[in-house]
Amino acid sequence: MINLHYKLQRAEFLLDVNLDLPMKGITGLFGVSGAGKTSLLRCIAGLEQPTAGKLIVAGDVWDDSDTNTARSVRQRNVGYVFQEPRLFEHLSVRANIEYGQKRRKSNGAASLDHVVGLLGLENLLPRHVAELSGGEAQRVAIARALLCAPRFVLMDEPLASLDQSRRDEILPFLDRLHAEAEIPIIYVSHNIDEVCRLCDHLVVIDEGCVAGDGELQDVLVRMDIPALDGDHAGSVIEGRAGQYDANDELTRLEFSGGDLWVPGRAAADGSSLRLRIRASDVSLCRKRPEQSTILNILPAEVEALQHGDGPSMLVRLVLGDDRVLARVTKRSIRELHLQPGDKVFAQIKSVAVRASFTAG
Amino acid sequence: MDLLWQPLVLSIQLAGITTIVLIVVATPIAWWLSQTRSNWKPLVQTTVALPIVLPPTVLGFYLLVVLGPAGPLGSWWVELTGSALTFSFTGLVIASCIYSLPFAVQPLTSAFETLGKQKLEAAWTLGASRMDAFFSVAVPLSIRGYLAAVVLSFAHTLGEFGVVLMVGGNIPGETRVVSIAIYDQVESLNYAAAHQLSAVLLVVAFVALLSMFLVNRRWRQ
Repeated sequence: MINLHYKLQRAEFLLDVNLDLPMKGITGLFGVSGAGKTSLLRCIAGLEQPTAGKLIVAGDVWDDSDTNTARSVRQRNVGYVFQEPRLFEHLSVRANIEYGQKRRKSNGAASLDHVVGLLGLENLLPRHVAELSGGEAQRVAIARALLCAPRFVLMDEPLASLDQSRRDEILPFLDRLHAEAEIPIIYVSHNIDEVCRLCDHLVVIDEGCVAGDGELQDVLVRMDIPALDGDHAGSVIEGRAGQYDANDELTRLEFSGGDLWVPGRAAADGSSLRLRIRASDVSLCRKRPEQSTILNILPAEVEALQHGDGPSMLVRLVLGDDRVLARVTKRSIRELHLQPGDKVFAQIKSVAVRASFTAG
Repeated sequence: MDLLWQPLVLSIQLAGITTIVLIVVATPIAWWLSQTRSNWKPLVQTTVALPIVLPPTVLGFYLLVVLGPAGPLGSWWVELTGSALTFSFTGLVIASCIYSLPFAVQPLTSAFETLGKQKLEAAWTLGASRMDAFFSVAVPLSIRGYLAAVVLSFAHTLGEFGVVLMVGGNIPGETRVVSIAIYDQVESLNYAAAHQLSAVLLVVAFVALLSMFLVNRRWRQ
């Protein structure tokens, strides 16, 4: 467990964050640019001096402004992946990766071969840093951070400086890291898609304060976090890839609320999948619509309605054991007399397969 | 032959030793200047840059006072070694270091400023101490600044005249460096010898600068 409490005066607001973060999986720190996410990460790494703060990692005190304890950056044993790769241009790719490994000889350190394989760097090792593309350089930076024997790794928008095609090139490696690596990661992002794809735990930061904190699926459907409203509203469910219909080129995905069909071959049979359903892609009907072009129509129960301004509102639905958000106009709510507890049918226009993990 | 070339050998010795001392001395000054937000920074910058604008005779005069047997540093030196700093090779090295200091400090400061903090932060998070990060990351990444500092300090020391004349005088084998020797030869209307020495100095300076620019160009590609 990482217990942290940091206060830091910024030009626009006071960063005041009190969190208990799990020491496993990927924890997303989500918020708009300038919300204080990077400052928080820099405080954890010891790169920034907080006004006041306390940081306890698995029982070890790393920072305590009350007793004037502060470990130096070097003594904190965290890997840090910055927005820019920050590689050392005078060294080869291999020497960059080994830089941290040589300085922190720890028994728990991941082996070079394993990390190199995980990030697909085999052919890059002898190369010079100047010859790398942006995406390759960031992969090297991730490998370098993983190999410095860290207690956990901090990633500060590692994909933000890359264009979309470079991001798509790196994301599968991050999926693998998520599935295979045992090291906890704290991942800062302002991109909700990245967060939904990679994270297990989600912390929403807004104007320097924690607006939400918990399991990814639970936080996403809370409906009372402004930073997760608007275009960002949506839910994530875990499912399993079923059979592929070669005639129609559709794959069946099974989850607790039923089956969903998605175009194309989404994943190998039986593999675990993470699906993202945007609230704006879900509409509601009182009766099961017949002769609809929408493939995915599932029975659901209304759990809660959002209260707020604007012409539309969010509706939280229960499908099996999972929760899904729908964005509906207030007029429709009124005309359908929707109340919590009502049985409805959810029409799901599109489902994005966000990540696949090997079965078991 | 020996008498003609002795000043050149002495000049190269002086420039070489001065350059080595300056790299060691200028590195911490340049690093401090590149990192500090102290109110003292402009004062230190001015002091370091002063030899660029000060007439060498003015600098030489003050050095003569300070290094002289009655001066604060000079008297201490006499007590310690029994000999005077003025009109000696050691005195020349000290004077040259002060005279050429800005030519070592300025390229290094700008190299360290360009480097910024980013790479160092990365090194710290990877387990490097401040000192380790400085030598394993900051110095190699500032190699162009070091090259410029070496070439400029060396060439500038090689060509100094006024300060040497004031502090060192004109003692063959001890303080008669090449620039003084050229002046001497011209004074005694020995133009052939003056030509030879001047031409060597010209070629050395040209080659040093040219190789710096060539190496810089190669590193940029």
